[in-house]
Amino acid sequence: MTQPHIDTPATPHWRPLSRSRASAATQGAVGAETDEITDAAIEAKEISLWYGSAQAIGDITLKIERHRVTALIGPSGCGKSTFLRCMNRMNDLIPSVRMTGELFLDDQNILDQSVDPVELRRVVGMVFQKPNPFPKSVYDNVAFGARINGYKGNYDELVQHALERAALWDEVKDKLHTSGLALSGGQQQRLCIARALAVNPQVILMDEPCSALDPIATQRIEDLMRELAEDYTIVVVTHNMQQAARVSDRTAFMLAREDRVGRLVEYGLTEQIFTAPRDQRTEAYITGRFG
Amino acid sequence: MTLTRFNRELTVLEADVLELGAMVDRQIDRAMRALVDRDIPLARAVIRDDGELNRARFHLDNVCLSLLAQNAPYAGDLRLILAVLGIVTELERAGDHAEGIGRIVVLIAGAPPAAPLDELAEMARRARRMLSDALDAFARRDPELAYRVGRDDDGVDALYDRAYRTLVDAMIARPSAVEGCTRLLWVSHNLERIADRSTNIAERVVFLVSGTLPQMNVSSH
Repeated sequence: MTQPHIDTPATPHWRPLSRSRASAATQGAVGAETDEITDAAIEAKEISLWYGSAQAIGDITLKIERHRVTALIGPSGCGKSTFLRCMNRMNDLIPSVRMTGELFLDDQNILDQSVDPVELRRVVGMVFQKPNPFPKSVYDNVAFGARINGYKGNYDELVQHALERAALWDEVKDKLHTSGLALSGGQQQRLCIARALAVNPQVILMDEPCSALDPIATQRIEDLMRELAEDYTIVVVTHNMQQAARVSDRTAFMLAREDRVGRLVEYGLTEQIFTAPRDQRTEAYITGRFG
Repeated sequence: MTLTRFNRELTVLEADVLELGAMVDRQIDRAMRALVDRDIPLARAVIRDDGELNRARFHLDNVCLSLLAQNAPYAGDLRLILAVLGIVTELERAGDHAEGIGRIVVLIAGAPPAAPLDELAEMARRARRMLSDALDAFARRDPELAYRVGRDDDGVDALYDRAYRTLVDAMIARPSAVEGCTRLLWVSHNLERIADRSTNIAERVVFLVSGTLPQMNVSSH
């Protein structure tokens, strides 16, 4: 099977401009600046996946850099969500799914059958397109995962800390025992992020996390992603090109050809992808010529 | 704005840049003819028409601003708009240098040239060729031609050095020619700067094509 062609770029003559992010200014965060990934949180090697006899993604090989935001972009049906779900084996929940290749979280191949998917999903949390709080109180939503895991510490502190990290504490501290479903859409999404953070993950996968949110709520989530990237590795699937350009350090462009198998076309620093992509297909997609 | 309309706007933008380039070239040509022919009315026309050129440049700046704000372009589209922003600035400045030559012609007020104008005429010919090549490179997305513009700048720099020597020698030999020769030194400086502006345009063409901005202009002037 043909490997995706990914060039190793020469050092640009010009130094990419510093990313102008509010969070970068306030948090001292510095985005990825070179194309080489020396500290990978996740490494995919020739990942292919089939739904029954239909192959959905083919031979995806890439590294996800630790404590950075990586965006997966591409037209509908290119397999980006499928690939995202490989990273915490959410696809295991679908009957007839078959995968080949290796997917390393640190040094462990998480596709190995000895890996417990439930434990894996604690370490690799997920936030979905539509906020999906449980029909429980704000407090219980956040404490839920810790309870399942038999957490023995102070729950009040855990809940407060997770809500603070998710930039939601100030808005809900006086209504911790009201239903999570009573919050606004943007608050519900941050509640889901707090719920993921409360079990102390290493990686947070986000599948179109802002597509159901208004622009203000979207901006809050994007700011939050930048802040969380200091301590967590974030992988986000988005159809919103501007969002990928704004929040991510690296961008992977996937595309399915006539055979409908999603493959990696180009992967690089976000600045490079959005200013000077190397592949004509990437150029055509991000300038809106197709997709 | 639909993509089709955006593409049309970009096509119009490119055509307008080339038109602005043609206006600048005409200004340089007329300024030099005014110098050689001691044609004061033509020099005044050059000075007057610089205002039109400035207005055209600011119009294109505003078009670029609107295209950026309304379309949030990426990749090749983004590079085109950024390249145009740089190119129109360089063109407007090149126009200012032509206007500068026009003003010198008015200052000289029809006096016979204080020194032979051959080197200045040759500088003007080469600078105009560089400008034309830079704009061709832009229209054709031709980085090879753009790099040639950068190399051609060395020839203009060498001519500038020769013109400087010639004019200084003329001043030493004939102190009464100091004022006239100084004016001609200014002309040569304007022409040298036009060549530099053309090189800067060529750099923008390389950026447009490749996404990297080379530094071609290492002139010591």
